[in-house]
Amino acid sequence: MELLRIQQIEKYYGNKSSLTKAIDGISFSVEKGEFVAIMGASGSGKTTLLNCISTIDKVTAGHIFLENTDITTLRGKELNKFRREKLGFIFQDFNLLDTLTAYENIALALSIQKVSADETDKAIKNVARQLDITGVLNKYPYQMSGGQKQRIASARAIVTNPKLVLADEPTGALDSKSAKMLLERFCYLNREHDATIMMVTHDSFTASYASRVIFIKDGRIFNEICRGSDSRKQFFDKIIDVVTLLGGDVNDAL
Amino acid sequence: MLFKLSVSNIRRSLRDYAIYFFTLIIGVSVFYVFNAIGEQTAFLKISENTSSMIELLDTMLSGVSVFVSFILGLLIVYASRFLMKRRNKEFALYLILGMGKSKISAILLIETIIIGCGSLLVGLAVGVGLSQLMSSLVANLFEADMTEYKFLISGKAIAKTAVYFGIMYLVVMVFNSIMIGKLKLISLMQSGKKSEKLKLKNPALCIVIFLASVSALGYAYYKVGWDTTHLSQELMAKMIATGAIATFLIFWSVSGMLLRVVMSMKKTYFSGLNSFTFRQISSKVNTTVASMTVICLMLFVTICTLSSAFSIRNSMNANIASQCPADFELYYTEHENDGLKYTDITEKYKTYGYDITEDFSEYVHFHSYLDDNFVFRDSLGEYVDVISEQYPFLDMTSQEIIVKLSDYNKLMQLYDRDTFSLGEDEFIIVCDFASIKKIRDDSIEVGTELNIMGKTLRSKYADCQDGFIDISSQHINSGIFIVPDSAVDEAFAGADYFIGNYPDGTRDDKSATEKTVVDKYDNMLRAWRETIPKNKYSIGLNTKITIAEATIGLGAIVTFLGLYIGLIFLISCSVIIALKQLSDTVDSMQKYEILRKIGAEEKDISKSLFRQTGIFFLLPLVLACVHSVFGMKFSKIVLEALGTEKMTESIIFSSAIILLIYGGYFLITYLCSKSIIREHK
Repeated sequence: MELLRIQQIEKYYGNKSSLTKAIDGISFSVEKGEFVAIMGASGSGKTTLLNCISTIDKVTAGHIFLENTDITTLRGKELNKFRREKLGFIFQDFNLLDTLTAYENIALALSIQKVSADETDKAIKNVARQLDITGVLNKYPYQMSGGQKQRIASARAIVTNPKLVLADEPTGALDSKSAKMLLERFCYLNREHDATIMMVTHDSFTASYASRVIFIKDGRIFNEICRGSDSRKQFFDKIIDVVTLLGGDVNDAL
Repeated sequence: MLFKLSVSNIRRSLRDYAIYFFTLIIGVSVFYVFNAIGEQTAFLKISENTSSMIELLDTMLSGVSVFVSFILGLLIVYASRFLMKRRNKEFALYLILGMGKSKISAILLIETIIIGCGSLLVGLAVGVGLSQLMSSLVANLFEADMTEYKFLISGKAIAKTAVYFGIMYLVVMVFNSIMIGKLKLISLMQSGKKSEKLKLKNPALCIVIFLASVSALGYAYYKVGWDTTHLSQELMAKMIATGAIATFLIFWSVSGMLLRVVMSMKKTYFSGLNSFTFRQISSKVNTTVASMTVICLMLFVTICTLSSAFSIRNSMNANIASQCPADFELYYTEHENDGLKYTDITEKYKTYGYDITEDFSEYVHFHSYLDDNFVFRDSLGEYVDVISEQYPFLDMTSQEIIVKLSDYNKLMQLYDRDTFSLGEDEFIIVCDFASIKKIRDDSIEVGTELNIMGKTLRSKYADCQDGFIDISSQHINSGIFIVPDSAVDEAFAGADYFIGNYPDGTRDDKSATEKTVVDKYDNMLRAWRETIPKNKYSIGLNTKITIAEATIGLGAIVTFLGLYIGLIFLISCSVIIALKQLSDTVDSMQKYEILRKIGAEEKDISKSLFRQTGIFFLLPLVLACVHSVFGMKFSKIVLEALGTEKMTESIIFSSAIILLIYGGYFLITYLCSKSIIREHK
């Protein structure tokens, strides 16, 4: 079933004299339960794309449909409601509130939606088990490792059962071990709970956990590969091939 | 180049500087307004008495100005250091780029000069405007004529303001330079990265400390509000210190408990942004316990000063109506060979060819009786030991004033007050000075027997009756014994009294009458003085007009001093709290961004911010109000003689002022914070 459909979107920055086309006509769609990675060099437009989907930014032209709702036409309160109920966010720098404990950080996402305290508690216990963070729930962000922080942020993103989880460089600030652990949790959520995840990264290793990788260059789709029945290692090699083809500084990340 | 940098710095951090600038303007204008009062009132048509009052007011205001400038100076240094801290990153950048510390100092110097001159100019302009309003307030308070009013600018006050603020700015510059000199690059670089460690305090300890400080506060309240008889200056100072420390500890423990309490209410805590809001408040209060205490105490002083000042003024004016029911009073006593020699004052006038009675439409002429064997100690009866133990400093040897019932009743008819009736062997004490009245009330009951002028009399009532003989502006009659006409012996005749009213007429008519009466008195006295040594007599003249002028003048002085100090304190604490809140908001910008990203409604975020600002402003105010309730109780006791009527009115009026300024700062702070967090959308 098709969850997200992106139709010829464009995003321009600047004015007439110096126009930057951050996104220059991108179209693709995401099925429900997919784990999609978007790869590209810095400046290729991948974060802009994610911002447009997450309604943080507005497109210059084109349409984005989530479950047949055109989110480019949403305004004000509708936008907030949409963001709150349909989307979950995971950021590179975690974006946890340092005055709140892990538990309270996760609970905030629910209390904003006016979920009762009892239900909140149940939901948090549940998601904490899935992400293996039960032990750190009462700690403050400054008492946790980067990996733990990012799993808390992920828990906050999925505890509301969003239609789509958007992750912007989720492993960017993590060491390789923590990154691996987080990505395995993503796979688990994707596999066992049918969560639809869309992840932006410039790291081939991170991307290799996805079921599909879309490559972007200069605001256009450059290539797209599916994992199919490949092992993760084989898929990783394929990604590396495309990255080499892509050139630029993506391979620097390796 | 440096100048350009300074200007652009100011322009860039205009938001941070807005409150600073705003405060400087208010400070300058208030300073100007109060220092310009002297010149501002020069045009008023007022009597000599009043103008000397205004002169006194002017002198007192300039004295207080020194104190005020000290407070303002501290505030400005605080605010500017605060703004400096916000710019650590910027200074670090300058240093890394190789700019010398002297250059940075120069930048700051230019900035201070620009801001100083700007605020001085704007503040003076505002002040000149406000002082025109002030003139009408002065005219109103002194009940003066304003027909010759004209727009006025006081050069003296401008110069004074410029000099005082110039010195303050100079101090700020010196402080800034010292601070720059001490800067270390590494700490500047890391200043932004402070990891916020918020540890919850031990709840048990918080509760213990809270209870301990509440009871300490209660004890202090009791000592100053009720148990005032044992209150020495030393004890008072101790109680004030106790109060201050208890205030600090209450904020300390409340900041720990508040969160615990809300957290235990799961339903509330996990609803909407409440968890975020309360964590923010808690961390804010946690880190500002000391300044909260200072603010709370300053607010307390403000509330008490304003309320007391207005109350004194109001009751003084009210007192004139009740305590000064006649136009003129003259009393006279003469001594001879260590004893009293009764002299009839009207006869004295006649000796020199004057008739005192001719200028009055009605008058009462009588004399009191004084008995060397009937002094204060004797009047207390058996109670004397208790009293002398309780009030060791009370003078027990002053002669009691005794008045014949028929004389007293005649006077009361003139005063239009209630008369008394007495049995052959009864007496009544009239007294309206509250603390003495209490002692006398304790010492007499119905039937208490006293020996007065060789006769044994019983008290008719169990307490003192309200009344007085001397016209005055206050309740200061410490006791007069009214006895039946049959009980007096002319051998004890004491002071002679002549009390009367001028013929009805306008204010000017009465003033004219008073002038002739007073001239006559002066002439008589001049001639008379040559015949009698100075220490052998005492003569006193009171008139309603001079009492009223003195009272109004005193009331106005109190009002102005109260307003001046109150306003400056109020502004100071508002500024400290507003700066703290604003800088916290800037530090928390990221957090609001996160809230937005996880989908919080703009409305909810604003609500959270409103609550944070509100509670932060409210917390010290609430405790200050509690303090004030008891502080006012104390000041009521102190101000007893001056009268404490219309207290409620005064409290309402001062609340209005506090609400206006403190509330105004709250609103500005909230709106500024809101624009800060909105900007980065």
